[in-house]
Amino acid sequence: MDRINIAGAGIAGLSAAIALAEKGIPSLLISVQPSERAQSVMAEGGINACLDTMGEHDTVEEHFRDTMKGGVFIADEDAVRSLTSHAPEMIDFLERIGVPFNRENGHVIQRNFGGQKKKRTAFARSSTGKIIMSALIDEVRRYEAAGLVRRLCHHNVTGIDIRRTDSGLSCEGLWLCDTYTDRMYYSRGHVIAAWGGMNGLFPGHTTGTAANTGRLTADVFLRGVTLSDLEFIQYHPTTVDIGSKRLLLTEAARGEGGKLFIERDRKPWYFMEELYPESGSLSPRDVVSREMYRVCQRDDCKPPVYLDMRMIDKPTWESKLSDLRSWIIYHLGTDPVKEPVAVSPGIHFFMGGIDVDKRHRTDAVGLYAAGECACQYHGANRLGGNSLLGALWGGRQAAYTAAEETGECENGEPAAVGESEGFDVTAYDAGAAEMCGILVSGLGIVRDEQTMRSALDRLDGFADAHRDDPLHAGAVLGQAMLLSALARRESRGAHSRSDHPQRDDERFGRRTYCRYKDGKIQIQI
Amino acid sequence: MDYEITILRHKKGSDRSYYQTFAYTSEGNENIAAVLDRINRPSMTDIGGEPAEPVRWECSCLQKKCGACAMVINGIPCLACDRKISDCPAKFTIEPLRKFPVVEDLIVDRSSMMDELRSLNVWLSGEARSSDDNMTCYEASVCLQCGCCLEVCPNFCAGGEFAGMSAAVPMTRLLLEMDNKQGKELASSYVRNIFEGCGKSLACRDICPAGIDIDKMLINSNAVAVWRRNKHKVVKK
Ligand SMILES: Cc1cc2nc3c(=O)[nH]c(=O)nc-3n(C[C@H](O)[C@H](O)[C@H](O)COP(=O)(O)OP(=O)(O)OC[C@H]3O[C@@H](n4cnc5c(N)ncnc54)[C@H](O)[C@@H]3O)c2cc1C
Ligand code: SF4
Ligand code: SF4
Ligand code: FES
Repeated sequence: MDRINIAGAGIAGLSAAIALAEKGIPSLLISVQPSERAQSVMAEGGINACLDTMGEHDTVEEHFRDTMKGGVFIADEDAVRSLTSHAPEMIDFLERIGVPFNRENGHVIQRNFGGQKKKRTAFARSSTGKIIMSALIDEVRRYEAAGLVRRLCHHNVTGIDIRRTDSGLSCEGLWLCDTYTDRMYYSRGHVIAAWGGMNGLFPGHTTGTAANTGRLTADVFLRGVTLSDLEFIQYHPTTVDIGSKRLLLTEAARGEGGKLFIERDRKPWYFMEELYPESGSLSPRDVVSREMYRVCQRDDCKPPVYLDMRMIDKPTWESKLSDLRSWIIYHLGTDPVKEPVAVSPGIHFFMGGIDVDKRHRTDAVGLYAAGECACQYHGANRLGGNSLLGALWGGRQAAYTAAEETGECENGEPAAVGESEGFDVTAYDAGAAEMCGILVSGLGIVRDEQTMRSALDRLDGFADAHRDDPLHAGAVLGQAMLLSALARRESRGAHSRSDHPQRDDERFGRRTYCRYKDGKIQIQI
Repeated sequence: MDYEITILRHKKGSDRSYYQTFAYTSEGNENIAAVLDRINRPSMTDIGGEPAEPVRWECSCLQKKCGACAMVINGIPCLACDRKISDCPAKFTIEPLRKFPVVEDLIVDRSSMMDELRSLNVWLSGEARSSDDNMTCYEASVCLQCGCCLEVCPNFCAGGEFAGMSAAVPMTRLLLEMDNKQGKELASSYVRNIFEGCGKSLACRDICPAGIDIDKMLINSNAVAVWRRNKHKVVKK
């Protein structure tokens, strides 16, 4: 059987490698850093599945409905059904490989998370992603020892070999560079994309890792692969600026009782509780971020918004939020048990990415995508706890489809193809910071035609000036994001427009597709 | 405040390392990760005004969760994103971890640490036995594979029989989750490559940036692998 290339070794890539190995199919698991460094280890809050262990009569149907509603009804229903109905099985798998979830009386316990009425989020204290990753890495090691998985860490995938044929796009393999020696290789065969979100377009502005550069998403876009829903960028309501990045204060803080307030008439105003009596501070992220933005604009309110966690009891801090408290003390020098913490929204998750069908196929034959680089499951706004699940299940689905569609030829060892030329890192970083400034000016929490147009004009100039350097592909991806946002002349989920404040299902109740053809970006909704 | 930061540098592919000093004015309370970012600017110069190449170092999460940025700061192995500049003296050094081959500047090749886990059968044979009382397994799962513990360990040298704490900690989770039969091979790796080599000086304990209670890990693993005690009676602290 052909060996399958997996580009990226976070939760999606590991999950794909395990699913292939279970079927006896070998894979080459390539990542620029070892899995221990992938963004997935940063997830804190938890992973969703209807286990109904909390006596609330939770059902898979409700998980399905909450996910569709959270995503404002543009996610693929069949895909979301498949995700939510397999979620309990995924938790069962994680338990079997030894993930020490918080448990009581022989059951995994679950917590509240935004946008969901029932306790449906399984967690491992405050390091869920890290703990799941450790178990997945150990599991992959077993298959490595059996010769089914070959891990190539410190290998940067530099491009995906996608060719135009008479019958459409076809993925033939990928190029990779050993970052320790700068030697380049070509690995033939089908590719599962699992390279994470597009944080690299927003250095210093995201809660995730800038090691997920988004460059490969730009690369496949320029080679003709369709991207979708790029305008939907999730701003997490509770982040703090710590200089080099934005630090996330997990939603679990609100799940366990924390509330947001702003000073109004010299008194704290718990605006979410007043404006949204049912869900309060634990409303979906897009709703909370938008309201935070709005109250900060009001004349009678004095920014910033604070996250008040003083009502959380001691046992909860100790058993469920211990890391959170030590983070805050370390980075901000305040103790959240005694004082509220000033917070503001920060870029956290990309709902959009490589367009995939229910079985995680892209429009290039032989290229599959899963995890945060893919656009699936989350619609216009992702619910907390659904992306670990989406990456885990998506990786598995992509692997199953790739397994079915991969032929019986030997693709051999990656072949040496010379040395990488490298590029000027400081110039790249300075350019990326400039581009980020342009993008955030247009793609904020609340957008309008004029600011987006002016950002696009500046970005067009930037792209022209960088036509021949490594920043160009990212600039084109940025243009595609802005054009998608301009085309969606309505407000939906994470895409909120002051000039089109209403939702318009008739014209826009579906995905935004984005294609690059003959040097031009085409948008279709 | 003004600092003089001396960095041990190494060009990729070269067999020579050299020190280079940079002047740095701190804005207050930033960590060394932010400092390195700020030193690296277009047309940067060293303290003598000579043009300098950007300092290469590895990072990912920038919040103590991934272990990428481990290096030796003022003689102490730690994470650059964890160490505040305000805790450093006015003149201090930054060097790469010394127990691994240097790739470039502060980047070292830690593959041997991860390869070791494979050669020691560090995985689960069969299904895990889940238990409500899984705090030790949780703590053992937070190991960052950063390698700081190996740096200070008097008994560890790369390629030697003794695998060090970066192997012992992940083993603890697995030993606790398998029954004696399933865990037989791992237990013998543990006895041979950890138990028999560790001097119990616990130099590694205070260094671990993940705050892992090394003592507790060893006690639990010893109970299972060495004294063959049943998992459910293992030691809690
Ligand atoms: C702070 C934080 C907290 C979060 N909390 C939660 C939560 O509680 N619940 C939840 O469900 N979700 C959470 N998320 C989101 C979730 O963690 C991610 O969406 C998910 O982990 C993505 O997994 P992934 O496998 O797609 O990508 P990643 O884990 O980002 O992995 C990407 C992989 O690709 C590799 N890679 C990237 N570029 C290249 C390249 N060019 N060449 C080779 N390799 C490359 C990387 O090295 C890495 O191995 C959180 C995210 C953040 C940032
Ligand atoms: S206890 Fe001492 S000998 Fe054992 S691993 Fe730690 S530092 Fe090394
Ligand atoms: S035990 Fe601690 S110091 Fe050692 S590798 Fe793990 S996290 Fe790092
Ligand atoms: S960059 Fe992840 S621990 Fe420092």
